[in-house]
Amino acid sequence: MTFHARRLMLSGLTALLLGTGALTARAEEEKVLNIYNWSDYIAEDTIANFEKATGIKVRYDVFDSNEVLEAKLLAGNTGYDLVVPSASFVARQIQAGIFQPLDKSKLPNYKNLDPSIMKILAGYDAGNAHVVPWMWGTTGIGYNVKKIKERMPDAPIGSWDMAFKPEIVAKFKDCGVTMLDASAEIFPSALRYLGLPTDSQTAENLAKAETLVMSVRPSVKYFHSSQYINDLANGEVCMVVGWSGDVFQARNRAAEAKNGNEIAYFIPKEGALMWFDTMGIPKDAAHVENAHKFLDYILEAKVIAAVTNLVQYPNGNAAATEFVDEAIRTDKSVYPDEATKAKLFPNAVNTPAYDRLTTRAWTRIKTNQ
Amino acid sequence: MSRGSQLPLGDRLAAGPRGLTSTLAQLPPLRLLLNALARLPLSGHHAVIGLPYLWLGLFFLVPFVIVLKISFADQLIAQPPYSSLVDLATEGYISLKLNIGNYTFLGSDPLYFNAYLKSVEIAFCSALICLVIGYPMAYAMARSDPAWRGVLLMLVVLPFWTSFLLRVYAWIGLLNNNGIINNVLIGLGLIQEPIVMMRTNFAVYVGIVYSYLPFMILPLYSTLEKMDLTLLEAAEDLGCRPLKAFFTITLPLSMPGVIAGFSLVFIPALGEFVIPDLLGGTETLMIGKVLWDEFFSNRAWPIASAVAIAMLSLVVVIMAVQKMLAKHAEASQ
Repeated sequence: MTFHARRLMLSGLTALLLGTGALTARAEEEKVLNIYNWSDYIAEDTIANFEKATGIKVRYDVFDSNEVLEAKLLAGNTGYDLVVPSASFVARQIQAGIFQPLDKSKLPNYKNLDPSIMKILAGYDAGNAHVVPWMWGTTGIGYNVKKIKERMPDAPIGSWDMAFKPEIVAKFKDCGVTMLDASAEIFPSALRYLGLPTDSQTAENLAKAETLVMSVRPSVKYFHSSQYINDLANGEVCMVVGWSGDVFQARNRAAEAKNGNEIAYFIPKEGALMWFDTMGIPKDAAHVENAHKFLDYILEAKVIAAVTNLVQYPNGNAAATEFVDEAIRTDKSVYPDEATKAKLFPNAVNTPAYDRLTTRAWTRIKTNQ
Repeated sequence: MSRGSQLPLGDRLAAGPRGLTSTLAQLPPLRLLLNALARLPLSGHHAVIGLPYLWLGLFFLVPFVIVLKISFADQLIAQPPYSSLVDLATEGYISLKLNIGNYTFLGSDPLYFNAYLKSVEIAFCSALICLVIGYPMAYAMARSDPAWRGVLLMLVVLPFWTSFLLRVYAWIGLLNNNGIINNVLIGLGLIQEPIVMMRTNFAVYVGIVYSYLPFMILPLYSTLEKMDLTLLEAAEDLGCRPLKAFFTITLPLSMPGVIAGFSLVFIPALGEFVIPDLLGGTETLMIGKVLWDEFFSNRAWPIASAVAIAMLSLVVVIMAVQKMLAKHAEASQ
């Protein structure tokens, strides 16, 4: 091989390595939009209708955990133009400089958004500069009506006692109790039950929450954040600490299967976590124009109402409520009334040090290590 | 063109500042790279031999160095979420800041040591079970009619044609409380209540042994197949019973296969994440899961990297022992 040939090879290799960068830096905007959203989180024709209306080809990928999305965003160059992290993650991601500010002049439908939701979101995203709400929901208790009644006719339905009072949880051990495998969901709920502040971020309070969860640990069959949907539907478990919409999905699956499992959900009266999933445009997005077009599209009342009708989570769009199916919009466990809403609290944004403490405490709970 | 420029690149590098290269050359990965560069060829067929080195350099050494670098950084809320080791802020100075705190942190909490220990235990037992199951299978294959061997070999490799993930998922369907195994047993009236198998260490073992069994069978098969069968005939002629002949001739001769198969199962099982995550219970604490937590839940890329480097060091030690054993086995033949 001659010297030249080798240099040629080297430059070829360099080109290969730089190739990805060069591709994303292309100037003019093609009719393409890359979206990264949670799985099972959109209506069947939402994308198709957008493509038809705008001629923009949408590439739609899904994920199932905030952590996975965040790792990709932190690494950079995801290739996505719109991503849907939860608000409690967004705060840190905005701090890390991942999102670009929205150009609200391109979002005429922005006015449809519910001011009360936007006010809470401003706690994560100052001035609502970077993200718009997609769906929101609560973390509460889903249960199998018949199986709970059989074991405890006077079960304290409507209270966190169901999940956090050891002698009560123990009654349901034999039919299966599960909790989300998410320290950020369980610890704040436990703190609320104990009447402690959920955002104090002190090791002392965390230890109390840990002791509480540990006390019901012997009755918990498993900690998992998605398995419970199926298990609740087919009767493998009878009580879950889970996300509202997921429990409703379990309810619908059980109804479709006609297996006799009647599933219900309640927001505990002591107060429960409310969480938000939000849409934002990463700084390195290649199709910023198209992303704004899509955001304005989903801010249309009818479009987002159709999504709610399918996924059973409320959206943050005040104008959309009238287009939501009556059964969903009047269901207080989906669209809580003002009194219940007042008891909901958003997840705090943790410092890395507190994150480490909670992860460690969570590992202790799960593995006894 | 002068003679100098025709020298292989590696030679030119090695001829550079002697002091530097000789110290750097002490590091095994760098020595490998330098050796590879020194052999960087002028002729075509050397290029073919160089390819594996290039491959290793690009896809093993470079990622390794990146992970090593991150393991000495500080955690930040930024993109990327760790600090840069080299600081050019002060004019005229290049300051290098290494945070060894990530490694000392691993020692401060028994979690990491326990997770390593549990991983070693699960990987070791899985490899042992694979050996016990795989050896008779490899033996039967190697002694079967040569016409059949190809088919049998194909059957061992066949599962690889389906995605690994799908095959692990299939086990969920088999092991679940209302899965196939429990339903059959209940249907036959053998049990009343389903046996809990999912989300236990048992399921993790099933998953690992099932997934990695071919890696045990294949090297065993190749050593057993190459074995000189006249040795067994000689033993028989001298009045040795078959069982004794197996333990004094066949087993020692197949030791290289045993060692190779054992490490091929042990090493990937050590860092396994997918199988314990899908099949294991919450109490299954393996290092892969700890690493996941550090990386995703704590966003502590530096500590996650330190965990990975520590695990790699563990594997290197194990491989060194394995190499020693293999040499010993060869020498004793």
